Amino acid sequence: MTIRASKLWLRYGLAMAWFFVLLWPLLGIKPEGLEFAVSFAIWIKVAVAAAILLALYQLNKAGAFGFLTRPAAAAGRVAVGAAARVPRWLVLSVVLAAAVSFPFFTERYAHDVAISVLVYIILGLGLNIVVGLAGLLDLGYIAFFGVGAYTYALLSVHFGVSFWLCLPISACFAAVAGCIIGYPTLRMRGDYLAIVTLGFGEIVRIVLNNWMSVTNGPNGILGIKSPGAYWWQGDTLEHIWLNNLEQLYFIILALAVFTVIAVYRLNHSRIGRAFEAVREDQTAAELMGVNTLGIKLLAYALGAVFGGLAGTFFAARMQFVSPESFTFIESAMVLSMVVLGGMGSIPGVILGAVVLIVLPELFRGFQLYRMFVFGGVMAMMMVFRPKGLWPAKRLGQRSEERG
Amino acid sequence: MATLELSEISVRFGGLQALTDVSFRVEENDIVGLIGPNGAGKTTVFNVITGVYQTSAGQVSYDGAPLRGLRPHKILALGVARTFQNIRLFQNMTALENVMVAQHCRTRCGVLGAVLRLPGQKREEERIRERSLEALEFMDLGEYAGELASNLAYGLQRRLEIARALATEPKTILLDEPAAGLNPAESRELMHTIGRISSRGINILMVEHDMKVVMGICRHIVVLDHGVMIAEGEPEAIQRDPRVIEAYLGNELN
Ligand SMILES: Nc1ncnc2c1ncn2[C@@H]1O[C@H](COP(=O)(O)OP(=O)(O)O)[C@@H](O)[C@H]1O
Ligand SMILES: [Mg+2]
Repeated sequence: MTIRASKLWLRYGLAMAWFFVLLWPLLGIKPEGLEFAVSFAIWIKVAVAAAILLALYQLNKAGAFGFLTRPAAAAGRVAVGAAARVPRWLVLSVVLAAAVSFPFFTERYAHDVAISVLVYIILGLGLNIVVGLAGLLDLGYIAFFGVGAYTYALLSVHFGVSFWLCLPISACFAAVAGCIIGYPTLRMRGDYLAIVTLGFGEIVRIVLNNWMSVTNGPNGILGIKSPGAYWWQGDTLEHIWLNNLEQLYFIILALAVFTVIAVYRLNHSRIGRAFEAVREDQTAAELMGVNTLGIKLLAYALGAVFGGLAGTFFAARMQFVSPESFTFIESAMVLSMVVLGGMGSIPGVILGAVVLIVLPELFRGFQLYRMFVFGGVMAMMMVFRPKGLWPAKRLGQRSEERG
Repeated sequence: MATLELSEISVRFGGLQALTDVSFRVEENDIVGLIGPNGAGKTTVFNVITGVYQTSAGQVSYDGAPLRGLRPHKILALGVARTFQNIRLFQNMTALENVMVAQHCRTRCGVLGAVLRLPGQKREEERIRERSLEALEFMDLGEYAGELASNLAYGLQRRLEIARALATEPKTILLDEPAAGLNPAESRELMHTIGRISSRGINILMVEHDMKVVMGICRHIVVLDHGVMIAEGEPEAIQRDPRVIEAYLGNELN
C-alpha cells in the first residue's frame, strides 16, 4: 500500500469515528440509560458500505476497472460529441413538447407536483439574477413571492381585479419592494448583506402576520379568484374561471417559459454582462463604466419581479394565502436550488428546482429523514461539484476549466 | 480639449500624507510618465483622477470641468479610462465579455429592449461585439476572444486590461505599471503598442518602473517621492536631475 493510500484509510477511520460521535448521542442517549447496540448496528453498516466504496475507488484509481471505464469514457465522449451537434432549437422544442403534453399522460398528483416545480423554477431563475449573476446574497427572497401573492389576494378579494391585470401590477409592487430592500444594502457586502436581507424577509412575513386589518393576520385571505378566460358574446363580457389543475399547469408553464426567455435574453445583454462584472469585481466594474449602485438596484428589482409573478400565480392557484407560506425556510429552499443547480446557469437552476421538488416527493416514504438526506446531499455537492449540477457557461466557446 | 489637469492635489489617509500639492497636466497627444519609488503615491494619483479617492485639497479637471464628486463611472464616461497595477479582470468571464463590459457606458439599451429583443437592441449588441473584437484585435488578442480571462497567461492578461480600457473609447488612458512582470520582448512589444495607442489620438498617462520604457516613449515626465513632486520635465533633463537621482539611489537609475 502506498503512503497516499494509507493516508486515505486513516482519513476514513477518522471520518467513521466522527460519524459515530455524531450518531451515538442521537440514538444512544435514552431516558432508560445509555445504549450502544442500536447506534453500533447502524454505524457498522455505514462503515462497511463506505469501506467498500473506498476500496472500489482505489481499485479504480489503480486502473483495475480499465476494461470497463475506458470503453465507457469513449462512449461518453461520442455521446457528448453527438449531443453537441444536435441543434439547440431541436432540444428546446423537444423539451417544450414534453412539457406541453405532460398533463395528457399523467394524473392529478403529477400535475400538482409539476405546478410546484414550475413555480419554483420561476423563483429560482429570479433569485439567480440576484445571486448567480450579480453575486449579491439574498436570504429574504421569498418576501417578493409574498408581496406578489398578497397584492393579487387583496386586489382580487376587495376589488375583483383580474389575475391577468394583476400580473404586471404585482410585478411592479414587487419591484418597488426590491428597490426598498436594495437601496439600504447597496454599499454592503458579504455578511452584512446576508443579515439585512434575512431581516427584510422576516419583516415582510411579520407585517403580513400582524397587520390584521389588511391581511387578516395568520388566518390568511380566503376566496381569491382563479385566473379567468374572457371573451365577448354579443355585447357582454363572458368568462369562466380556469381553476382545474390542467389549466393552471398551462398558465404557469407559459409564465415559466416567459421567465426563461426573459432571463436568457437579459443574461446575454449589456445588462447581464454588467451584473456579472459587478459579481466579479465591483470596483473594477465601476471603473470600467458600470453604474454599480444602479445595476445592483436593478438586479434586486428584476429578481423581485419574477418573485412577484410567481407569487401572483401561487395566490390564484391556492385561492388562499397566509404568512406561513413565506417563511425563511422557503428562501433557503430557493437559494439551495440555485446553488445546487449551478449559480448563473439557467438549465442548472431548472434542474435544481426539479431535483429539490421531485426527489422529496419520490422519497415520501422516508419523510423522517428528508432533511437529513437534504443536508447530506448539499454537503456532498459542495465537495464534489462546487459549481453545481449544471455549471454556467456563457457566450463563446470556453476552454475546459482548470481546477 | 480633453486636457487632464491636476492642481495642487493633496490626499491624506489618516495620519499619512499620501500626496502633497501635486500639479501637472496631460495635454492633447501627450504621453506623460509618472515615476517614483514604491509608495511614492503614483497609484493614489490614478485613484484620485478616476474618482476612487476624494482629495483633501486641490482639484482635478478634465476638459476644463472639475471632476469633484463625480462617481468613477461618470468620469470614465467623460473619457478617462485606466488599467490596474494588480490585474483586475473579470476572471470568470471570457476575454471578449471583459471587453464588452467596457462598452457599457457607450450604450443605452435597457431591460425592456433586452427582454423584447427590440431591433435597436440587436443593432446595439452587434455594434458592441464589433467594437470589442476590434479592441481585442488591436491588442493582438483576437484568437483568445472565447478564453476565460483567468485562463490567459500573465502577459496576455496585461494586454487584455489595456484592450478593455480602450474599448471604453477613451480620450485619455491611464496605465498603471503596464510592463510590470513582462519579459524584455513583451516590454518592447508594449512600447510599440503604447505608440500605436497614442497615434490613435489618445492621451496617455503612465506609471512605469522600467526606465527604458519610460525614457523611450514619454515626452514628459513627472517624478513623485513621498507624495511630493520633486521634478517635472523632458526625459533627458529628468535623467540628469540630482533630486531624482537621489530619490532613486540604489534603484533602477543607478
Ligand atoms: N486606501 C489607502 N489607505 C491608506 N493608505 C493608503 C491607501 N492607498 C494608498 N495608501 C498609502 O499611500 C502611499 C502611496 O501608495 P501608492 O499610491 O499605492 O504608491 P505607488 O507609488 O507605489 O503606486 C503608500 O504609503 C500607501 O500605503
Ligand atoms: Mg502603485
